[in-house]
Amino acid sequence: MTVPKFRFTFWKAVFLAIMAAGVYCTYLRFARGLGASTNLSDQFPWGLWIGFDVMCGVMLAAGGFTLTAAVHLFNIQRWHSIVRPTILTAFMGYLLVCAALMYDLGLPWNIWHPIIMRNPHSVMFEVAYCVMLYTAVLALEFSPIVFEHFKWHKALLVVRRVMMVFVILGVILSTLHQSSLGTLYLIMPNKLHPFWYSPLLPVFFYISAIAVGLAMIIFESSMSSKHFGRELELSILKDLGRVLVVVLAIYGILRFEDLYHRGVLGMVFVSGYEQRFFLLEMFLSVIAPLGLLLIPKVRNNAQGLYLAAVLTLLGFVTNRLNVTITGSENAVGARYTPKWTEVVITAMFVALGFAIFGFVARYLPIFPEEKASVPALPRLQGVRAEVAVPVHAGD
Amino acid sequence: MSKGILYDATMCIGCKQCEQACASENGLPYDDKIAAQDVTSAHKYTIVLTKDDKFMRKLCMNCDDPACASVCPVGALQKTALGPVTYDKHKCMGCRYCMAACPFSVPKYEWDEAVPGVRKCIMCAPRVAAGKPTACAEICPTGATKFGDRDELLKEARKRIQDNPGTYLPHIYGETEVGGTSVMLLSSLDFQKFGYRNDLTERALPLYTYQVLSRIPDFVPLFGVLLGGVYWITHRREEVAEAEAHDKHSSNSQGGAQ
Repeated sequence: MTVPKFRFTFWKAVFLAIMAAGVYCTYLRFARGLGASTNLSDQFPWGLWIGFDVMCGVMLAAGGFTLTAAVHLFNIQRWHSIVRPTILTAFMGYLLVCAALMYDLGLPWNIWHPIIMRNPHSVMFEVAYCVMLYTAVLALEFSPIVFEHFKWHKALLVVRRVMMVFVILGVILSTLHQSSLGTLYLIMPNKLHPFWYSPLLPVFFYISAIAVGLAMIIFESSMSSKHFGRELELSILKDLGRVLVVVLAIYGILRFEDLYHRGVLGMVFVSGYEQRFFLLEMFLSVIAPLGLLLIPKVRNNAQGLYLAAVLTLLGFVTNRLNVTITGSENAVGARYTPKWTEVVITAMFVALGFAIFGFVARYLPIFPEEKASVPALPRLQGVRAEVAVPVHAGD
Repeated sequence: MSKGILYDATMCIGCKQCEQACASENGLPYDDKIAAQDVTSAHKYTIVLTKDDKFMRKLCMNCDDPACASVCPVGALQKTALGPVTYDKHKCMGCRYCMAACPFSVPKYEWDEAVPGVRKCIMCAPRVAAGKPTACAEICPTGATKFGDRDELLKEARKRIQDNPGTYLPHIYGETEVGGTSVMLLSSLDFQKFGYRNDLTERALPLYTYQVLSRIPDFVPLFGVLLGGVYWITHRREEVAEAEAHDKHSSNSQGGAQ
């Protein structure tokens, strides 16, 4: 394998600029403290780093459990070729969430405390345990890719034999903590605006995680196809688009019914600060992507699917930011806009996400070889046992 | 017996000696500048607010079933049997969920510290454990801030309202708010005018999350069996195919042996 020659491109320059700014902001965060490096306050103890880096980070990594459940548990084998890039996205996502959390925690060196100082009444405790365990599960689900690259066949065989148990465990852990990120807010009935405070918050967070997981797979596949010059797995993305329609429709109807039964549907039509953010969220997360995907021409077209996926992602990012920030601004009597340092750190983690994905996909067998497939070995435990050759390592 | 504080705003003269006593009890600085601050913070756990000729104290309510202690993943915040809600910085990891969850927005953060902690009134837990009243109650020259058994204080508060219906609002703030609090307030002026919320639920807040969390142990084995079952059912075809291949193989080898 020859190491590709380093070429300086526009996006590499952007990446390096963000990283340089990120290093400086990291210095500010740890040398000067949270007060100097953020706009957080006693009224607003949680800001962008919780709202985006953690809440959205975990949500955007939900494709991992969604797809492993579909392929390995529901046995939808025609989606198999996209499992690896999705697991990479998820694994990297969770690692970045953990890293980002170190910036937000006031005493990050105590991050391990929940392991021994347990408070089972705390949703945060449950989330901490689930995220910790699920990251380990993802490492295991990712390990065959590494074993394959280094041709550690014995390890590969062992991992495959136990994989199914870990897939199930991963789905359970994801179901628990994806929904629990919503449960976190159930204890604040007097702080969160009625647009978002609902006893169904955990259900909404869970269903939207599945929707975002699907949208993220479409997004990531489209990007990979463009960046690596791979043929787009359009037939799979069309399938996912259809599933996304159903999930979004269920989510939309549930949100509507919830607003109706709690008697706050009328507020949707009363102009206001929260109302504008609520309408923006509902348009981006449900109305626009659902409207687009219901048109067959859009649904069966690569650009149409990509657009619908991006809208879905933006919509649910708006949702998470509304729950964490917009929804409580009036109750605590303060407005919050992130400081530039907060934005830079968040941008750094997003940029790292793209860069690490690109790097790993280049050197490890993430994508199935096109055309040059080696005859598949007998399937073990439902996980395909192809011996992948990193055919793209040379470009 | 659970202890409590009864603050009667109608008896308060706004001398702010409670602020000063609180600062010295907790080793915090106190001067004219700090006395003028009208918000609680990491260096000021209690304040006396003034509205015309009326006063109102703010301090941690030390809830009977506190949201802060319930949400703390590491149990750094604890409700003690005597009443105070205490904080242990050695356990804290700085997630600030307590600040987000507190219905009164009481816990404050040391934003500018390199090793920051949560700061709030802990109802003088060490003093109370030693059988002494809180510093604010001890110093109060008029008895507006009174320390005692919560049950006794509640009875007294009811009696005061009953005896002077014209003086007091018929509302003991903290009797039922979020399931009851160790600190209770009496006033002639609407509590809302001093930033106290009138729309708080009477239900203890931790119940809202516990009703979900408590289902998890039941959910996990059920969901696990469901997922395992889905796998088992959907992979039947492969099992059949494998078995058929095996049969073929074994019958072939048998055929060869004959």
